[in-house]
Amino acid sequence: MSTDTALLAYVTRLGDNALVLSQRKIETVTLGPELEEELANANFALDYLGQARLLYSLAGEIEGDGRGEDDFAFLRSDHEYQNLLLLEQPNGHFGDTIARDFLFESFYLLQLEALEQCSHTGVAEIAARAVKEVRYHLRHVAQWLIRLGDGTAQSHARMQQSIDDLWRFTGELFAADEIDREFTANYAGPDLVALQDEWQKNVAAVLREATLTMPEDGWMASGGKQGQHSEHFGFLLAEMQHLQRSHPGATW
Amino acid sequence: MSVLSRDQVMQWLSEVPDPEIPVLTITDLGIVRDVAVNDGVTVALTPTYTGCPATEVIEKSVIDALHEHGVERVSIDRVLSPPWTTDWISAEGREKLREYGIAPPEKSAGKRALLHGEKTVQCPRCASADTQLVSEFGSTACKASYKCTACLEPFEYFKCI
Repeated sequence: MSTDTALLAYVTRLGDNALVLSQRKIETVTLGPELEEELANANFALDYLGQARLLYSLAGEIEGDGRGEDDFAFLRSDHEYQNLLLLEQPNGHFGDTIARDFLFESFYLLQLEALEQCSHTGVAEIAARAVKEVRYHLRHVAQWLIRLGDGTAQSHARMQQSIDDLWRFTGELFAADEIDREFTANYAGPDLVALQDEWQKNVAAVLREATLTMPEDGWMASGGKQGQHSEHFGFLLAEMQHLQRSHPGATW
Repeated sequence: MSVLSRDQVMQWLSEVPDPEIPVLTITDLGIVRDVAVNDGVTVALTPTYTGCPATEVIEKSVIDALHEHGVERVSIDRVLSPPWTTDWISAEGREKLREYGIAPPEKSAGKRALLHGEKTVQCPRCASADTQLVSEFGSTACKASYKCTACLEPFEYFKCI
């Protein structure tokens, strides 16, 4: 795999993660349990949408074929999307969304901190802006996790169930493939093995405070990063792309 | 057109309001990073938040303002580095925020946010430090909601991210 191919795929994946999580969050706009949470969720969705726009624009520049952010978002099929499976899972109940955000953002924060230091200027600049946003998100979701985990018997049990249910998607966060290895080698990117140690430490500390049990690593789902998605993904994409697919080239 | 100076352009830009917090101009906010005068004018702008919905509006305001001053060729350069933080807001901008009823951000933004949240936030109306966080999120992505337990007024706080 050439350096450029790996770089394009790596940046596109980052954009896919941001856009898919943004879309899942947008689905829950107006469903927040209280006003503060409603605003938080919409703010976070917007942050991810902004990150996706920057990343896709950068991907378009790297590719050099004239594709822009909208082409990446609206005119690719499911197999071309290479987001993490964790992010495309249905929102479920409030505890599920908190568990998903916590597990992912604990990883994403470390990934961005590493990317901020990488030698590709475009990626490093976007990471330096995004890291501030994600740090704020993570603080917020960790507080919820602790509140619900260390809350009533009911909230504790449901929070534990959410963490257990989503745990099988966390292996993929650290499963380096050729694209990860090429990017890291060429641009001094993140070392996923080191990131995993750090992630486990951080996640364990918050789970402990939330009186929750860290699940054992069992079978781990994978494939999202290679474009093989779970059955939920097609529905997400169909809704998100409906307008551009039904009315190609439509503009506001 | 006579030779245009960079200072003149900056002066014009310092009259362009931020669409979400119109008491601040875009130069108060610290998002104008550079101005280059060539055969037209190139303005380098940086977004506050990656998803800030005002980005396109601000770019259009800059283009409109310079057109009004007779500059025909205006181009916008989006720059990301160094990333914007609340530390970029000017001293004058902070004072305008306070007068407007928004508590200006404490210096300085950064990692502190992950650990213990904001330090004491002073009420922009009565200057009491006896204030309470109501919501970490407010009417725009850059603000949190507070209330003052001394004068009982609710107010917004420009948060440090």
